[in-house]
Amino acid sequence: MAERSSPARPRDAALGTGLGRVLLFVYGIFALSASARASVQIATKFSEAPLAYLLSAVAAVIYIAATVGLAIGGRRGRLIALTSCSIELIGVLVVGTLSIGDKEAFPDATVWSGYGSGYGYVPLVLPMVGLWWLYRHRPAR
Amino acid sequence: MNGPLSVVTIVAALALALWCLARAGLNRAPSRFDLAATLALSVLVAVLVLVAVAGLFDGSRPRETGTFIGYLITTIAFAPAGFVLARMEPTRWGSLILGVACLVLPVLVLRLQQIASVTGG
Repeated sequence: MAERSSPARPRDAALGTGLGRVLLFVYGIFALSASARASVQIATKFSEAPLAYLLSAVAAVIYIAATVGLAIGGRRGRLIALTSCSIELIGVLVVGTLSIGDKEAFPDATVWSGYGSGYGYVPLVLPMVGLWWLYRHRPAR
Repeated sequence: MNGPLSVVTIVAALALALWCLARAGLNRAPSRFDLAATLALSVLVAVLVLVAVAGLFDGSRPRETGTFIGYLITTIAFAPAGFVLARMEPTRWGSLILGVACLVLPVLVLRLQQIASVTGG
């Protein structure tokens, strides 16, 4: 790294290590793609499947929150990241199961449909990696 | 959008992705060659995007033109963004960033083809 990390940055901030930066890169891609997709869906065809598109928007916000939480670290960052990664994991499992069982409610694919199969199952793996990161970098007691 | 140029881009991106992932696995930072290859791929992608943009002005447009243009912007920016981030991270993780970026590019090109194939409306 060219510049030295500032002393104010918490030691568990993902931005401070190489692997963490890769994790943030992938999270950033998902935050970007999920929010772009949700904006287009809501702007152009919201009435077709309001539930699915609202879900897309919620997922997008959660990806952004997780990215920011992992990046800044510290107590608050951990809390944000832990909450958003947990919601992601529960979301992908619940929506994945529902989208297979009840196609009516999810006519158009969201990021979480089919356990994220439309995105190479990355939405399923990503929150696990995020939670693993938080576990690995838990504060020593 | 479905021409040989797309195929060449996808194959080149996948090859570079495998190479960079292997480099990351061997604990190697991005070399000058890796970075130059990423730039070369960026140029290839830029040509592809320019061809697609030119295609917007003659004949049928994709039904979801807005989405198509969004994907075009993302696609053209992707390899350069990976290049910049990899330069900032001269460790094995820089190679991993390049690898991931090169893995996502074929997906973007495939999505572009998908959107381009639905025309009219």
